[in-house]
Amino acid sequence: MSSVDKPKYQINILKTDIEFGCREDQSILHGMGQAGRKGIPSGCHGGGCGVCKIKITAGTYVSGKMNRDVITEEEEASGYKLACKVEPRSDIALEVIGKMRRSYFGA
Amino acid sequence: MQSSVLRPGFVQVRVLDMEKAIAHYRDIMGLDLVGIESDGRAYLRAYDEFDRHSVVLRETDTTGLDIMAFKMVSPEALLAARKALEARDVKCEVVEAGEQPGVGERLRVYMPTGHVFDFYTQMDLSDIGPMTENPEIWREEPRGMRIVRFDHCALLGEDIDASAKLLIECFGFSIAERGLDPDGNNMAIFLSCSNKAHDVAFLKAPLEGKLHHVSFLLESWHDIGNAADLMARRDVKIDIGPTRHGITRGQTIYFFDPSGNRNETFAGGYSFYPDNPERVWTADQYPKGLFYYEREVVESFVSVFT
Repeated sequence: MSSVDKPKYQINILKTDIEFGCREDQSILHGMGQAGRKGIPSGCHGGGCGVCKIKITAGTYVSGKMNRDVITEEEEASGYKLACKVEPRSDIALEVIGKMRRSYFGA
Repeated sequence: MQSSVLRPGFVQVRVLDMEKAIAHYRDIMGLDLVGIESDGRAYLRAYDEFDRHSVVLRETDTTGLDIMAFKMVSPEALLAARKALEARDVKCEVVEAGEQPGVGERLRVYMPTGHVFDFYTQMDLSDIGPMTENPEIWREEPRGMRIVRFDHCALLGEDIDASAKLLIECFGFSIAERGLDPDGNNMAIFLSCSNKAHDVAFLKAPLEGKLHHVSFLLESWHDIGNAADLMARRDVKIDIGPTRHGITRGQTIYFFDPSGNRNETFAGGYSFYPDNPERVWTADQYPKGLFYYEREVVESFVSVFT
């Protein structure tokens, strides 16, 4: 099965009209980028920087290891994740938590 | 002033998954894996480095920079620097020889920006370092991104002036280039201890001890293109590039390792001498200083760190 034939789950960003399809072998953040959509801040894509923090309110998924400095165990247990480390296993509804916080050197 | 520091010698970086990190740093970037020690740390080097390692990876549940370490010219110079630091009440401690394989005693300095800098004078030579008798250009053809050597780090913190001052006053670094905010304060300071346009950069941010990037030297713009091809083929997340900096004039790609630590492949850049006048970017032209072709600030570049 080529990747174009793989089923896509619908990812819905709550409080917006943003919806996009995401395969189960790609992260929600990657799926959003491939769909040409915006809504979740896009950073390092490695679970390190934390700008893509989301809260998943509905759906099933698998998630990978994330930097504990940006997401605590308690947060993770209550559905907070980094979108770059979550792959969907069903349709997903989520809230965007993370922000791009510009540092001074960015002018 | 000539610096008592030879060069940035190694970095120790935290990664979330060692297997993925080694696949990135060894297989895609093309560093040699020197070894993995019993505590789990992995040691790597680039083909044109004489010393045994320049990159140390430590697997844990956080990301970012553990240590940036500099090799100094002599034990006497290290002692003089230590006295100068102690006279300024800077927190220092000794890391015993052998804490990393093949590395002598290090002086650990806690920098005002929250970074841990180690200074040392002895590291074993690599068994497969550059040839010295009738030296071929390399022993074995470089792999992956064909990285020549570890080049520099850019680091984020609040009091960048204080960290720069310590490197200047205690170690003889020079400021090559600065970026200013609209009030004329330093937003970015590029320091050299060598002929390179920068050996370390401090970027102002309301943060402590954070890593902006670890940079690696490539030979040419062609190698930057090869690196970009590899990143596309191997699904490495690119931040920006290939492009060029106004600051340092370096040709560059920024990308992320699998734990989200930003790497750079860097080529070119001007030659620096400590008697060169400082180069300055005013706030209105600073975006061009960052990215000479785009002339715009890249949101992720100034907002995404580990």
